Amino acid sequence: MKLAPVTYHRANALDEALHLLSDTPDAMVLAGGQSLMPMLNLRLAAPAHLIDINRLVELDHIREEGDFISMGAMTRQRTIEFSDLVAAKLPLLALAIRHVGHRQTRNRGTIGGSLCNLDPAAELALVTCLYDGVMVVDRVGRSRCVTMSEFAVGFMSTALAAGELLSAVRLTPWPKSHGYGFHEFARRKGDWAVVSVGVLMTLDAAGKVDRVAIALGGIASTPLRRPLAEAQLLGAAPQLDRLDAAAAMVDDIEVLDDANAPAWYRRQLARVLTRRALVDAARLAGAPL
Amino acid sequence: MTHPAQIVGRRARRQEDPALLQGAGRFVDDIPMPGALHAAFVRSPLAHARLGAIDIDAALALPGVVACYTASTMGGLLTQPRLPIAFPQGQLGPEAMPFVLPGSETCYVGEALVMIVAHSRSIAEDAAALVDIDYEELPALIDCREALDPQSPLACVADPIQLFKRFKIAYGDAAQAFKDAHTVVKVELRQHRGAAHPIEGRGILVNPDQATGTLTVWASTQMSHELAHTLCKMLGLPETRVRVIAPDVGGAFGSKYLVYPEDVAIAAAAHALRRPVKWIEDRREHFLSAIQEREQYWSVEAAVDSQGRLLGVRGQMVHDQGAFAPHSINVPYNSATSLPGPYILPAYDLDVAVARTNKVPVIPIRGAGYPQGCFTMERLLDRVADALKLDRGEVRLRNYIPRDRMPYPTPMVNRAGAPIIYDSGDYAYCHEKALAEADLPGFRRRQAQARSRGQYLGIGFAAAVKGTGRGPFESGTVRVSHDGRVSVFTGALAMGQGLATALGQICAQGLGVGIEDVDVICGDTSFVSLGMGGFASRQTVTAGSSVHLAALAVREKAIKVAAQMLDELPAKLTIENGLIHTPGNAGSGVPLADVAMRLRGLPGYAFPEGAEAGLEATFHFRVDQLAYSNAFHVCEVEVDVETGFIRLMRYIAIHDSGTLINPMLVEGQIHGGIVHGIGNALFEYMRYDEYGQPTTTTLADYLLPTATDIPHIEVLLHESPSPVNPLGVKGAGESGVLPVASSIASAIEDALAGYGIRIDEVPITPLRLLELINKANVM
Amino acid sequence: MSISLSHIAVRVEINGKLYDREVEHRQTLADFLRENLSLTGTHVGCEQGVCGSCTVLVDGISARACLMLAAQADSTKITTVEGLACNGALHPLQQAFWDKHGLQCGFCTPGILISLVELLQADAQPSEAQIREVLSGHLCRCTGYQNIVAAALEAAAQMRGPAP
Repeated sequence: MKLAPVTYHRANALDEALHLLSDTPDAMVLAGGQSLMPMLNLRLAAPAHLIDINRLVELDHIREEGDFISMGAMTRQRTIEFSDLVAAKLPLLALAIRHVGHRQTRNRGTIGGSLCNLDPAAELALVTCLYDGVMVVDRVGRSRCVTMSEFAVGFMSTALAAGELLSAVRLTPWPKSHGYGFHEFARRKGDWAVVSVGVLMTLDAAGKVDRVAIALGGIASTPLRRPLAEAQLLGAAPQLDRLDAAAAMVDDIEVLDDANAPAWYRRQLARVLTRRALVDAARLAGAPL
Repeated sequence: MTHPAQIVGRRARRQEDPALLQGAGRFVDDIPMPGALHAAFVRSPLAHARLGAIDIDAALALPGVVACYTASTMGGLLTQPRLPIAFPQGQLGPEAMPFVLPGSETCYVGEALVMIVAHSRSIAEDAAALVDIDYEELPALIDCREALDPQSPLACVADPIQLFKRFKIAYGDAAQAFKDAHTVVKVELRQHRGAAHPIEGRGILVNPDQATGTLTVWASTQMSHELAHTLCKMLGLPETRVRVIAPDVGGAFGSKYLVYPEDVAIAAAAHALRRPVKWIEDRREHFLSAIQEREQYWSVEAAVDSQGRLLGVRGQMVHDQGAFAPHSINVPYNSATSLPGPYILPAYDLDVAVARTNKVPVIPIRGAGYPQGCFTMERLLDRVADALKLDRGEVRLRNYIPRDRMPYPTPMVNRAGAPIIYDSGDYAYCHEKALAEADLPGFRRRQAQARSRGQYLGIGFAAAVKGTGRGPFESGTVRVSHDGRVSVFTGALAMGQGLATALGQICAQGLGVGIEDVDVICGDTSFVSLGMGGFASRQTVTAGSSVHLAALAVREKAIKVAAQMLDELPAKLTIENGLIHTPGNAGSGVPLADVAMRLRGLPGYAFPEGAEAGLEATFHFRVDQLAYSNAFHVCEVEVDVETGFIRLMRYIAIHDSGTLINPMLVEGQIHGGIVHGIGNALFEYMRYDEYGQPTTTTLADYLLPTATDIPHIEVLLHESPSPVNPLGVKGAGESGVLPVASSIASAIEDALAGYGIRIDEVPITPLRLLELINKANVM
Repeated sequence: MSISLSHIAVRVEINGKLYDREVEHRQTLADFLRENLSLTGTHVGCEQGVCGSCTVLVDGISARACLMLAAQADSTKITTVEGLACNGALHPLQQAFWDKHGLQCGFCTPGILISLVELLQADAQPSEAQIREVLSGHLCRCTGYQNIVAAALEAAAQMRGPAP
């Protein structure tokens, strides 16, 4: 279909974008367009105004800022994919990003766009959740920080209030010796995942798990951490039976259910993929598996 | 019968390609037409409803809107409200045909109800959103099996039939066969709806040329002449006032093998408004209103003797025909008569119910009902093998029609009433060649090693026979112009298969010119008066034969005239590269151009003796027997028993398509057919909810195979020339689809051998497979 | 509802030629190329960014023209399929597609050529797996992809030139 009538605005700087956003009623932000344009093309979304922020170069960055890596919301997924800094400091992100859509969509798709779209199994949302990411949210005259769990409110809905724009996301890298694993189930390469799992793990000098993070996408309306499963692993060597036991705990919630992927299926995938990701992470962390 | 020598049989590059590669193709949406208006349709949001008041006032008032048509205003432009029947009189009622725009009842989600014509597609869609229609929702029939229950709702209240038809294919004594059986196996199978999804959707541009008084139509179609004929009939125009041109067609696979309500509505509007009007289908419309196919339920059993030889098959099949049956019962008829496949089947009794449902109508999609018949027989044979503890390959070898019994008359007739006779083929040879290539013993070793590591590999195979070259004819004209250029005109149509190149090769070979000297014009009704078009893998057989015979006729005529000019005996002359000469005397030959000039005549001057004017011939090679191609596929899979994921590891296909005009084109068709088959086998699931709402309406939900889903396909070619046409050719466009689903199903069962898993549904999704694996307690 | 027919000025270089045009706010880049500039080689197959037929290069990077607004093309350099051949000579990819029967109906072909041009610019010796991965962002219903892969491998070899 063709787009419904809309007025296009182009912002050339962040400040201009924020003013446009607060002054313009019924407006949506156009970032990479890979999620929004399909909706506009089907008239599933028909805002009266579009604010194009593709010229906001100040939102396109990957850099170390103290303890964390800051990625501007307009950073193209492709840039993340080829970033040496990400490969060195956030290797799980470097692994997961290759599953996001296709090369052609990663060229224009942005991390900010993906996070604001918040598909339940989206890889970038999952990774941000896994790393306890912090979102920098700007409005005219104010900037605030929001944790990922505060940001991800519900099914494809974020905590962004009217007039607010996601400007950056901050992920704190794990120690150099950490292990990581990422698995997802998708029908074809590049398809939206049905279920996705990310794991980060470090072992102490005795080979016991001293820190672990497990996050799942596609089982609930937003990606979520699995604290009970994480707690289960702490303080012990990551042997296979322990990893199995942790994996079996990840679906102790009301799981999403639809004709395409009923709840039992998502549960099974969650457990299987978590076990695989845990094994990968443990191995990379140095466990003799 | 001519056997290919120099040009025919060559892997000639396609003359179509340079333009397409440089973006200079001319698809219907590329045709420049300044001032063209654009159409959009208001489509039914409900599977079944009575139509009340339709309010188009707000739509009409929108700036840029030129016209809005409903059934009543469209009715004033047409000679009849429904499309004309496209099947023999009496086979089904005229109510099997859809309305151009329905006035009182809508019978599927997506049915076109109102047409808006505006200055741009965007404005037309804006206006469509302003149309207000009163609907009285009616119960919908969604599951085709319920059509057998007299208590079920009617899919169409105005035409209160639950079944379009019920028929039987029966021969031999099935009852006795089952009495005598050593073993009986039974299957209950289901195939889901799929759609064709050529990457270019449907489209039509109609220009009422005021200067010539002709409606010129460019349509992305598989049947120019049928479209022209139907438009003439529906608009009350004589044949000379409508011209249909098929431009470049971006794939079709059956979806463009129909004159749709939209086509007629656009032409009627263009004619009435005296303005060019264009409609280009978008992907969503293709999901909602382009034809679909494949949905059938089979409940059949096979009786075999102690050696696994078939004694008989019997059972029922229910076919989901959708809301209308514009091609009558062609698909289920094909399915039913294709079940025997390459096997000797002494007795058969299949009851077929063609059910009316509140879904998009069904006509053939690549494979045309044969995939379902093939899937059923192949699954039956796998069950026989399992029941008798025989090798699945051995069972087939015991049942193939042997080569020395060709041509093999089956007891069935095709829809033209002609006996179904398999003309040629060596099924056992193809089977053994493909399996040798697959190295079955080597695979079994790898499979055992993999199992010990907890990996599940499997191998499966299936055989198929496809009727091709459907008649009654296709037109072919060969004409030599005064400049020596050769033109081929045909009602056959290209939609990607390289038809122009293939016909060019046939003409060049037959006439004695170079391929580069031949121009092939397909699907333009102003160049040939008769034509059928591209479907049923028919064009190389039918158009090819007509062009071949025409080329030979022109050759003979040219030689006869040149003989007079050279004072030579015709038998001594040959034509090479457009020059007629005695062998070894090219220097004193006569170019075809000169002969053509002579046969143009000069007023008042002498004309070649005994010759008809013009260097041209037209043939409509008549054929009612189909030419039967065959195939045997082998597939290796890996199954992830924890997630149900199926990975195709290797694929081998041997195809026998008779004499090959251009093996490169044939391989391309086989690749494409196999990948379409993989789509049906693993991915394509056109889902409807219980209210008849389609829920997979984008290409992100309805999955087509991509390059990372397909293994390298190893194609082997075998040639058993067909005796039913002068070239010995058989069609190749569809046969690749047929054995895919069963090869893959069989391979999955083999991977999980010992767990008793039975695949009975297509597509085989990881979800469904995981259900079966869990039930069987694998691991 | 009022219709916004307001336009916005766009300056864009396409296949080396500069264009100054007024575009409707809601017009996509794909429709702009096809309708306003008659560059009909870029095709529209799904308007969802899935089929890849509309793929063009924007500042050298592949993008779905159906997922961009024409307005967004301002100040960019775009390459479409019409810009691949050079002075009448086919690009090696186009030549390889012709030789290897890498196209049938040709509708998906322009987008695929663009993606493969991008691949070969970045990697002179891609593996079959890498080629298939790039192709996974395109749908072809005709060819089964096999001959496309063969054509891409052939073109890469041709472009690398004869071995020393």
